[in-house]
Amino acid sequence: MALSNDEILAGLAELITDETGIAAEEVALEKSFTDDLDIDSISMMTIVVNAEEKFGVTIPDDEVKNLKTVGDAVTFITNAQD
Amino acid sequence: MSPKRIVVTGIGATSPIGGTAPESWQNLLAGVSGARPLEQDWVSTFDLPVTFAAQAAVSATDVLERVQTKRLDPSSQFALIAGREAWADAGSPEVDPDRLAIDWATGIGGVWTLLDAYDTLRERGPRRVQPMTVPMLMPNGPAAAIGMDLGARGGIRTVVSACASSTESIVNAWEHLQLGYADVIIAGGSEAAINPLPIASFAAMQALSRRNDEPATASRPYDVSRDGFVLGEGAAAVVLETYEHAVARGARIYAEVLGGAITSDAFHITAPDPEGAGASRAMRQAVQRAGRSLDEVVHVNAHATSTPVGDIAEYNALRAVFGDHLENITVAATKSSTGHLLGGAGAIEALFTIKALQERTVPPTINLQEQDPEIPLDVPTSPRALPAGDVLALSNSFGFGGHNAVAAFASI
Repeated sequence: MALSNDEILAGLAELITDETGIAAEEVALEKSFTDDLDIDSISMMTIVVNAEEKFGVTIPDDEVKNLKTVGDAVTFITNAQD
Repeated sequence: MSPKRIVVTGIGATSPIGGTAPESWQNLLAGVSGARPLEQDWVSTFDLPVTFAAQAAVSATDVLERVQTKRLDPSSQFALIAGREAWADAGSPEVDPDRLAIDWATGIGGVWTLLDAYDTLRERGPRRVQPMTVPMLMPNGPAAAIGMDLGARGGIRTVVSACASSTESIVNAWEHLQLGYADVIIAGGSEAAINPLPIASFAAMQALSRRNDEPATASRPYDVSRDGFVLGEGAAAVVLETYEHAVARGARIYAEVLGGAITSDAFHITAPDPEGAGASRAMRQAVQRAGRSLDEVVHVNAHATSTPVGDIAEYNALRAVFGDHLENITVAATKSSTGHLLGGAGAIEALFTIKALQERTVPPTINLQEQDPEIPLDVPTSPRALPAGDVLALSNSFGFGGHNAVAAFASI
């Protein structure tokens, strides 16, 4: 059951809020995880593990460094869905 | 060169009888018992032989933000709560971070995280194991949690000696201040091991009380019918600094820490030496090193876990050390109220000893219906006033592994 971009963004924002306390409204597509949201590497790894579980996708370890913005992650997850 | 005078300027705790230090102390005086039936599903899922424990009176998740609790094992959550309270109680002093240190203790640290992560690995595979698992399960986690919160850069240390752990950490803090390693040290201990595996493990060695039908009275140190200890959890922290440092900043001083002593039995991995030689040495040395005499001791917060063997071994040691003067010592076995906080026991009991000296009141020992005639100690079952003047108190902690730790305190 493929989710829409918006649903994935909302779901990802939930994970980010849960992990970092950052408000869901702050989690916009253009935001950079490190520069804008100030998410450290271990929080990023936690978000990735939780996203794999939540969205039923695999995000390969060497792919994570390419996911610089929230939008990159949403796109990746959208495409990774069956 | 005479030792520096070290004093206590802040206290904090989260325990089975209170979510703060004042609450825990007040409830202790009021004779509250922290033991109650366990309501978690896992009690029946695992058909545990012991179905009660002394859980924290206030859940850590009710106090800390979710973002914090997510990345901290419960043993670290408790530590953070107690550490913060002690720091605030000390007046949140301005201290050069390089001169602020932590001396913490735990018996096992992040056992909940370890076991939950293992379940995840087995049930869902390695990719589901949380990246924060190692930082959360490591036994230095609690100390690091406090240290990071308060910006302590003078060294964050954790000592592990089972049930003697957090009396050792307080003695260590005293030593570190003597050596000038820091200006202010937060010392204490925490434990969060009320979990099926520790319960089954302690039960398997016949260490736990099986009084499932009356949890509140199960922890009964010195009683003829005592049948083992009651698992407790929580944390306690004390802020220590030199007397000069405290006075210079106008800090409120609770009591003086005279130091202490740490010895070892090398007798048996779990049973105390029935002669209590190691325990006796620790008590004697604690008083001697403080440059004081045994007859100045008026109060002992005993280790007294409510085990048939342990309570009497400690009595033998007390008798060997104090002889007839033992009649002038008022003993408190506060595990009767709090249960056994394991790595946190020494710290909560030091806190109670400090409060006893500050308020000149020995807390009651509850659940003592019929005192074992082999243990003729003066153990009041209601609060008792301490004599006036300069008085000393000891807090004893003995741990599996044959660790004996005694901290000595004085009124101020």
